[in-house]
This record gives sequence, C-alpha cells and structure tokens, in this order.
Amino acid sequence: MTVLFYIASLIAVLATLLVITRKHPVHALLYLVVSFLAISINFYLLGAPFIAALEIIVYAGAIVVLFIFVVMMLNLGTETRMKESEWLRPKTWLGPASLSFLLLVELIYLIGLAPKEHSTITEVDPAAVAASLFGPYLIAVELAGMLLMAGVVGAAHIGQHKRKQWHRFLKE
Amino acid sequence: MITTINISHVLILAAILFGLGALGVVIRRNVLFMLISVEIMLNSAGLAFIAAGTKWTQADGQVMFLFILTMAAAEVSIGLALIMQIYHQHKTLDIDKLNNLKNEELTTRTMVHGL
Repeated sequence: MTVLFYIASLIAVLATLLVITRKHPVHALLYLVVSFLAISINFYLLGAPFIAALEIIVYAGAIVVLFIFVVMMLNLGTETRMKESEWLRPKTWLGPASLSFLLLVELIYLIGLAPKEHSTITEVDPAAVAASLFGPYLIAVELAGMLLMAGVVGAAHIGQHKRKQWHRFLKE
Repeated sequence: MITTINISHVLILAAILFGLGALGVVIRRNVLFMLISVEIMLNSAGLAFIAAGTKWTQADGQVMFLFILTMAAAEVSIGLALIMQIYHQHKTLDIDKLNNLKNEELTTRTMVHGL
C-alpha cells in the first residue's frame, strides 16, 4: 500500500511540472486537475478521507472550474498560446529554476535529517474533524464565514460592469 | 491492511510541489498563470498540514486544510474578478505592461461610477 503513495506522488509532481510549462491556459488547468486528483489520493492514503473528498469537490470542482470560466469569458486561447511561446524562453526560466533547485535540494536534505520513522496510518474520520470544528475551532469557523462573505461582496463589486444606458436623471 | 508511510517523504513531496509553484509564479508573465501557480503553492502547504495531522493522529491538520481551502476559494474569486477587470480595461494580461497602479482611465471610470 505504501507504493501507491509513491506512484500518486510521482503523478502529482509530473502534472505540476506540466502545469507551469504549458502555453495554453486550458491545458495547464487540466493538468492542474490531474495534480489535485493525485494529491487527493495521497490524502486518502494518509488517513484523511474527508479532506480527500473536499479537495476534489472544492479545489478541483469549484476553483479550477472558476478558472476555466474566466478563460472562456476572456477568450484566452490561440493568441495566448502564441504570446506564451515568445515569453517562455530558456533564458527566462533557467536562472530562477537552477537557484530554486539548489534551495529545494537544501530543503530536502534538512527534512531528511529527521529520524527515519515510519508512521502507521490510522484514519482520522470526518466525525473527529466535525467535533473539532464545532468545539475548539468554532471561532475560526465563524471567521472563515466572514472571510467568505467579504470575498463574495468584493468579487461582486469588483466584477460589475458599467451600465450602458443610464436613466436621464442619473446621467452625470 | 496496515499502511506505514514515512512522514518525511510526504513533507518532501510538499516541498517539491511548493517549489514548482513558486517557480511558476516567477517565470510566467501572464497574470492568470501566476494565480494558478499560487494555487499550487497553497495546495502543497495544505499537504504539509495533513501530513502533520497524520503523524500525531489529530484532526487539527484536516481542520487547518479546511481553512486553507476556504481562504484559497475567497482569494481566487477576488483575484479572478480583478483579472477580468484588468483585461476589460487594459486588454492585456502581461504583468510587464500592467505597471501603473494609478492610471488615468481607471480614475475616470471610478468617478463615473459615483464611488
């Protein structure tokens, strides 16, 4: 069962690599969905089935769909692909990629310094998460509700279009 | 079936994904792709929290991921609304061109709105 975790991790890393290198935005978003699916399998293997389901429903099912709607509405297709092929040259990404790779090697070394213990995975079921949300983390839930309210109001206000026809009393 | 996973490997996976997301933010010039890369980074941070929750067999890791998810949803909705407005007004998503925070057309538009 442990090998399933490594297979899903490999798929996630490959899909994420393809997300950041694609030229067409819809291709990048499709690979992003694949990456989220692989991470969701990892969550399930780590004993978090509630979060595995929530990742698919909210992240891959709402947030990525929101991205796709915006891509469709702004009609970012062919010209984006042509522009991106001139923007994504090796001289652009070679510098940051090599420096980030060195930092990543450092980080992996530091994480690997921890004692090598294999944790037995016991599932933390949704009932425990729900009890935790209604108990100790109640205030955080209320704050998250306020944040979502602010997000909705903000997005509705920012996204509104100017009215084309004003009533003659309302014209400036 | 008893599964044993080395939690350090999960953290290494989270680090790799975070690095890829950060790389995506740095090398892409299109604002939409930068937002996608930020989502990758948020997801990898959530993976680190779930790994911590698994290690100590507590529900706190999952609760934290839930809040990260909430915050990511709010951020994406506002970010995409901003991107749509930027595209409608400037007709470009190139961050090298979107470098004027105070633009004349922007000011006129807010005055017409009566804000």
